[in-house]
Amino acid sequence: MAREQSWLLDELKRRGISRREFLGFCAKMAAILALPSSAAGAIAKAVATGDKPILVWLEFQDCCGNTESFLRATRPTVAEIILDTFSVNYHETLMAAAGHQAEAALNQTVAGHPGQYIAVIEGSIPTGKNGAYCTIGGKSALQIAREVCGAAAATVAVGTCAAFGGIPAARPNPTGAVAVGDAVPDVKNLINLSACPMNAENITALLVYYLTVKQWPPLDQYRRPLFAYGKFIHDNCERRAHFDAGQYVEMWGDPAHRQGHCLYKMGCKGPATSQNCPVVRWNEATNWPIGCGHPCVGCAEPNFWDTMTPFYRRLPNVPGFGVGSNLDRIGIGAAAVVAAASLAHGIGEIVRHRVGTKPSDSDRPSGDKK
Amino acid sequence: MTHIVVDPITRIEGHLRIEAEVDGGKVTDAWSSATMFRGIEIILKGRDPRDAWVFTQRICGVCTTVHAIASIRAVENAVGANPPPNARLLRNLIMSAQAVQDHVVHFYHLHALDWVDVVSALSADPTKTASLAQSISDWPLSSATYFTGVRDRLKTFVNRGQLGPFANAYWGHPAYKLPPEANLMAVAHYLEALDFQRKFIRIHAILGGKNPHLQSFLVGGMATPVDPDSQASLNIGTIAALRELIAKGRDFVTRVYIPDVIAVGGFYKDWTHYGAGVGNFLAYGEYPEGDDSEPRLFLPRGVIHARNITRIEPMIPEKITEQVKHSWYNYDGGDDKGLHPFKGETNPAYTGPTPPYDRLNTDEKYSWLKSPRYDGQPMEVGPLARMLVAYGSGQQRVKELVGKVLTALGAGPEALFSTLGRLAARAIETQVLIEKMDDWVTALAESMARRDYRIQDNSKWDPASWPKECYGAGFHEAPRGALGHWVHIQDGAIVNYQCVVPSTWNAGPRDSAGQRGPYESALVGTPIAKPDQPLEILRTVHSFDPCMACGVHVVDARRRELARVRVV
Repeated sequence: MAREQSWLLDELKRRGISRREFLGFCAKMAAILALPSSAAGAIAKAVATGDKPILVWLEFQDCCGNTESFLRATRPTVAEIILDTFSVNYHETLMAAAGHQAEAALNQTVAGHPGQYIAVIEGSIPTGKNGAYCTIGGKSALQIAREVCGAAAATVAVGTCAAFGGIPAARPNPTGAVAVGDAVPDVKNLINLSACPMNAENITALLVYYLTVKQWPPLDQYRRPLFAYGKFIHDNCERRAHFDAGQYVEMWGDPAHRQGHCLYKMGCKGPATSQNCPVVRWNEATNWPIGCGHPCVGCAEPNFWDTMTPFYRRLPNVPGFGVGSNLDRIGIGAAAVVAAASLAHGIGEIVRHRVGTKPSDSDRPSGDKK
Repeated sequence: MTHIVVDPITRIEGHLRIEAEVDGGKVTDAWSSATMFRGIEIILKGRDPRDAWVFTQRICGVCTTVHAIASIRAVENAVGANPPPNARLLRNLIMSAQAVQDHVVHFYHLHALDWVDVVSALSADPTKTASLAQSISDWPLSSATYFTGVRDRLKTFVNRGQLGPFANAYWGHPAYKLPPEANLMAVAHYLEALDFQRKFIRIHAILGGKNPHLQSFLVGGMATPVDPDSQASLNIGTIAALRELIAKGRDFVTRVYIPDVIAVGGFYKDWTHYGAGVGNFLAYGEYPEGDDSEPRLFLPRGVIHARNITRIEPMIPEKITEQVKHSWYNYDGGDDKGLHPFKGETNPAYTGPTPPYDRLNTDEKYSWLKSPRYDGQPMEVGPLARMLVAYGSGQQRVKELVGKVLTALGAGPEALFSTLGRLAARAIETQVLIEKMDDWVTALAESMARRDYRIQDNSKWDPASWPKECYGAGFHEAPRGALGHWVHIQDGAIVNYQCVVPSTWNAGPRDSAGQRGPYESALVGTPIAKPDQPLEILRTVHSFDPCMACGVHVVDARRRELARVRVV
């Protein structure tokens, strides 16, 4: 263990990272994970002393956007340590080997370390035409997913395609695309990191969580970690005060738009979308979609391509509240704050029910089942 | 005669399979197959055309933005929307940032390991590495101490026994020619480029909210308000931030990327003789410098036939067709003739082997890609096509840089038609664009000074303002080449949507006349030292920067066959 710890400290030094910076990173991770600040020390210890767990990253019906997102992790040099902390035995976009040699790397991992590696899946899995809509090395994505995820210690579905089927599964779902959880019925410890793409901060936080407390985090009804999906975007939005005050953008580039008023009337899906975008933001915390003047499209939610479209149509009326007709009066008065909060959750529930989420999702026990 | 299969081709976007015949140490024939299909254009049917860019952008997360740009242009063309100057400037900045970032990532993270032997770097002398690095550039990270650190870091990694993404590769292959010190320098820059790509792309977060998959586009303009007097808009602080990111990016491109390409290329001059391809080139052109219907393009539009760069022909969109003779689709009127995208029909019809399989029947249909043709000819698209068209059109900066690079390599213009020529063209384009970006920032600042707040043509936002039925085409030069979207709109909804994509042009299968696609053509003649380790195939295929998710698509206006596909 001492050897490994010194390995990490050497690595840090080589990368020009001071111990102070590293602890700062751990504190930030603790904050994202909503852990007490005292957890930072435990995280540092876990990252420093663990063996390199094995990770395989498979791409199926994907656009590679989650891989690209992964490459943009916020604290770069430390994120590289996270990469080195895991042994990434298979990742088609990054690995040097190709063809048979690449297949061999995957097969050796699955056969040699059953029940010990983490599978990360990007993209949906087509079930049509005996799987011919996605093959790798002549094998169907469905077959590969069952072999690899079936023997994994845990499976992390990154992005909305892997988590919920995503864009290939959007109406009319030409290829019979399904989520990982549906393609591999006996998958163990499935964690969905939805969004299009997922935010790199959230997979980094998830992996650190696993290394730190040796279990997987509590999940919501869609098997998403509460630390990243526990609140609606609307609840944390920097423009929320404008919603409450009844100040809305009416047209692109109007004075309200330039002043950063609420985008609800332009179709914002923030009130119905669970994700930590407003807190974590994107690309070294540079910005986020609402921050640059465009409505949220709801990309972290199941079936958002069908339930959140048309994207520029405002969310539907909530019975008894009259969003459309009384919108400008909502923000007036103290009661509005409470009303708006219930509005947000109400819309979220309506959208969810309209989707008709499968009961199997919520029936599954969440958390650290083995 | 040996038949080899490389599947998966790694270090690309998406799922690509190459089958090849090797005889006498050379590739004698090759087949390119895309093995993944989603059907995004089918999914677009019936939807709001203003939403289409959000969908199409998801065609590819590596080439994020490009299908959003082509989509909004196609819909704008259909409905008659005219984006204001600020929107043009913001789009130019977003597109050029994408090209610069993508090209650097391609060279270092997707392509370099075909030329650079990581294991050899372990035995490098850091002092010699420092001498080499200092001889080609004044980049400050070039001391012996620095390279010692990189080498030791690599040793630590290897000694831990878990090689991760570097396991099972072709290290020690006889086709690797770099001396150990050049390998070590390249490994150091591989790592530095990881930092570069992450930081530089913050330009996209500033202008698009996030990357990948920016979220600031609109049919008719952009959603990012411009107002120097507001903290919630692009303002003078934004100008300063953009300038800083561009300056740092320019520093890396000029002092690391360009010298590296020249240095690595110098060790592989024989690769100016391989990988020529079809010799026809197509560029739609990009970066409008004005706001009329036919603006001047910073990188020009044009067509080259049979390597004749002295004659740049005009690009005529009506000459574009797609064929399906060897693609897993059927045409109602028979599979032998091509269809223009506005009349495009795609009936997915998988006739390949049931997975798992070992071989494709390449005499029949063998790919999810169609075969795009221009005037019946296969065309190469991408940085090489753009630089050749720009060179032939007399674009001054491109001519200077092409000359400079060729001089450095001691080669003539014919060297451009090759595997190595594609690397050089990509690097030259990166330099041209990173130099140009500042001009667009300056123009944006001047617009702010005039208090020009316009970002959007709001007159065409409401679908009620559109014609009852309309057609539009949107063209864009994506990093990987000429990209076109075609849309047919009726009563405010999409009737038909079609994309003809760079990797479809380059990676498509044979056509009904039996003509090979550009990948297939470029592979013929490629030397193969060890058929069980076909490193050389990767070199030529990677030189095109494959992006398969982009290439595979399907479109049809009248979806009779859809039901058949959906049952499964």
